[in-house]
Amino acid sequence: MFKWLDPLAKPETLYHFCGKLLPWLMGSAIFTLLLGNIWGLGFTPTDYQQGDSYRIIHIHVPSAIMSMGAYLAMAIAAFTALVWQIKTAQWAVLAIAPIGAVYTAIALLTGMAWGKPMWGTWWVWDARLTSQLILLFLYFGVMALHGAFSDRQTGAKVASLLAVVGVINLPIIHFSVEWWNTLHQGATITKFAKPSIDPSMLWPLLISLLAFKLLLAALACYRLRTAILENEQHRPWVKQRVSQK
Amino acid sequence: MQPRRKKRLLSMVLVLGLIAGAIGAMLFALQQNINLFYTPGQLIQGLGEGKIKPDVGQRLRLGGMVVPGSVSRDATSLKVSFDLTDDSGEIATVEFEGILPDLFREGQGIVAQGVLKNATVLAATEVLAKHDEEYMPPEVAEALKGIRHVPPSQLPVQPTATNSYGG
Repeated sequence: MFKWLDPLAKPETLYHFCGKLLPWLMGSAIFTLLLGNIWGLGFTPTDYQQGDSYRIIHIHVPSAIMSMGAYLAMAIAAFTALVWQIKTAQWAVLAIAPIGAVYTAIALLTGMAWGKPMWGTWWVWDARLTSQLILLFLYFGVMALHGAFSDRQTGAKVASLLAVVGVINLPIIHFSVEWWNTLHQGATITKFAKPSIDPSMLWPLLISLLAFKLLLAALACYRLRTAILENEQHRPWVKQRVSQK
Repeated sequence: MQPRRKKRLLSMVLVLGLIAGAIGAMLFALQQNINLFYTPGQLIQGLGEGKIKPDVGQRLRLGGMVVPGSVSRDATSLKVSFDLTDDSGEIATVEFEGILPDLFREGQGIVAQGVLKNATVLAATEVLAKHDEEYMPPEVAEALKGIRHVPPSQLPVQPTATNSYGG
């Protein structure tokens, strides 16, 4: 089923594949990010209750959704690395982790900045906020474990295991607002029912969501290429590339 | 698939399943403790299968909709009291002294933290506004819900602040 993926396990092929994707991903990410955020932050109507404060949704929601998306991608890479022992998948885990951690931090900080004027508090220990904070710590844990062993392979293996096990937190984050009483409101767009947001505000939000997704992919490609070069620096194909320049 | 890979795959799935099960059981057991607040129905009828009611004097949070028309303010201080309700129809009263959040309105979701004075009255030390998941421009809100939104800059200048909670 996944036979077409096999050549990409080879570092050199993956390096060139990512190199081909990178300009397209980065270009479209910057375009959609500018379009979505300028439209969302500058040209959408104000909310009937929150006034202009709601505009932070155009950064908060995409970063929060993609912080979970990044985690899922990282966990799939970690699972592949553990079961099939593919080293490029292992490098992908560490390539994605810091990007996901930054997305999570952006989601937490923008949420706090919105919570102060709207709720009346920066932080409350409700299920949604706490589980999102745990997601940040999971990212930190994966990154820290990677470097915590003198043997790099052991560190990579333990970090991957944590990444896979941490997946359990994702449904908890998503459903926390349904399972328990929380201060955080329920889902506006990530549900099967009709989104509870006016179309004039929904479109820039969806564009921003796509932008954060493309940016994640672009940055992950970039970091993965760097990781491949670093890990393969003694291989002939890398030396050849360096001597050509 | 190689037997070694199959073994690793199986053990991974097994470990993941076990941990998911353990955490699921833990969260299920902790269900009552993870809830951020009691609803008026849970406060009065009791929470969960055991119908556990909080004791008078207990510190807790109470969350619900502000009953329209129930907000009464003290003329000379910041003291305010209002009723909260939920789907169950039970009504609990919150007493508070301080500044209410901007989103505080009749019909709005509120979470109040404080000490339970008696079975249905909470002496609150903090009142937080809970926002719902709906976002819409003022014109749409007006057409859909009949909510008239006036920006603060266009509010008529009046010495009394009583009509700012009409929304």
